[in-house]
Formats: sequence, C-alpha cells, structure tokens
Amino acid sequence: MEQKTKIKAEDGKQELLISREFDLPLELLFKAYVEPGLVEQWMGTKVLKLESKKHGSYRFETTDAKGNKYGFNGAIHEFSPNRKITRTFEMENMPFGVQLELLEFERLTDDTSRLNMHVIYESAAHRDQVLKIGMAQGINMAHNRLQDIVSKLK
Amino acid sequence: MESRRDVFQAIADPTRRAILTLLAVQALTPGAIADNFKSSRQTISKHIQILTECELLKPEQNGREIYYHINAKQMNEVADFIEPFRKMWDDRFNKLEAVMKRYQTKK
Repeated sequence: MEQKTKIKAEDGKQELLISREFDLPLELLFKAYVEPGLVEQWMGTKVLKLESKKHGSYRFETTDAKGNKYGFNGAIHEFSPNRKITRTFEMENMPFGVQLELLEFERLTDDTSRLNMHVIYESAAHRDQVLKIGMAQGINMAHNRLQDIVSKLK
Repeated sequence: MESRRDVFQAIADPTRRAILTLLAVQALTPGAIADNFKSSRQTISKHIQILTECELLKPEQNGREIYYHINAKQMNEVADFIEPFRKMWDDRFNKLEAVMKRYQTKK
C-alpha cells in the first residue's frame, strides 16, 4: 500500500524530509497553516500568537491533565502565500534546541496538493533525539496524548 | 526478527510510550516515573519490567537508587524508530485533511 506520509532521514545527518500528498486544493492546505482556529483544530494546541508574515512569530501552548503548560514557539522568516513558509521551531524548556523548518506547498491537480517539509536540527544527535521522542509519543502532541492516557488510567 | 516484534508490541501500549517519552529527556527512578501517572506503582512497575525485558530500557544502579534510562543500543538504528515517527506525522496530517474537508463543505 502506498504510504501517504513519507519520511527520509539518513543516518548521521542533522536533517530530515517529510512529504505528504493531500486530497485538498493547494489553497486549503495552505490555509490550514495560517488560520489560528484551524491550526488549533488539527494540531490540538492553543494558538497564543500567529503572525503569518515575514519577521512575524508564533507561539502555541498545550495544557496537560495536571494543568502544566507546554509552549512551542518560533519566528517566521519567509511567508509566500500558497508557496512557502520558512520558520524556526522550538519546544520551550526542553533540551532539543531550535530547528529550522522549510515548508513548501505544491499544487498537484485542482483538488490535490503536496507539502514538503525540510527540517534541519542543530546536530545529528538532536535530530535522533527528536525522532526517538516521536517514536515514544509524537513531538508536539506528546503532552496532549499523555493527558489522554493519564485521564483514562486512574 | 523476534526481538523487533517484541519491541513494537512493547511500544503499542500508550502508557509504555508515555514512559519512554519521560525517559527520553532524563533517567528516572521507578518512583519518579510512577509520580507522572495516576495508576498504581505496581502497574507502572509492570510496564517498566516489560520495557526492560525487550531491552528498550536499561536499569543503572546509582547509590541506593535504580535509575532507568532509554537503551541507546536498542534504539540506535534510525530505521528502528523512524516508522513510529512517520505514523505520528501521518496521523497529524490525516487530522489536517479531515479538518479542512469539513471547513470546505461548510463554506
């Protein structure tokens, strides 16, 4: 079966490539990254700030079952509607460093599109650590999921 | 391939994945791990035991305490941990697609 989301991570490199084809027109795919209300829905996080423009910045926050808050933030370096977003991403109070994300949005047909994400980490070790976290949980969602798990246990 | 299947069975459980997440950041004692969950220490201890048996965790004696940390050897091959990472992104993008399809029909 063809996998919708593809990841390319070569051994010893400090980058990875994520690509995904969507059953959505390009404009809608891009909108999912721009409208705070929509970002909140699919990322499962609260959007405190999202300035979709060059030199803009963003900050997201999730809250776990104990009321602990976890922040994510970054700065936007390039914002070309329906084409490209270049931004940094950082998990606050976590030892993973800052990563650079290059998001390219591509039209395939009138109803389909593709996102290519090129993510660059501070070092190969940082990248592998994020991958391991992903394996264990899923990066941004980590604390959301932990909340679900913890509330189901008891 | 026997041991790899065990590993994937071990991480199929959400609590065990949560334990791995905690330990990816720092080594912890069983008590400190259990403090993050509402379930009993015995339950968490059982999960730690399963993770240790399939060599995802490694205990290390430090004074009177035992600290558990992620076994780097077991998780060293990128290929071994890339699939769950891919799956995580796949789930997230599926959500994006579903949210935007709903948005599209509402318009």
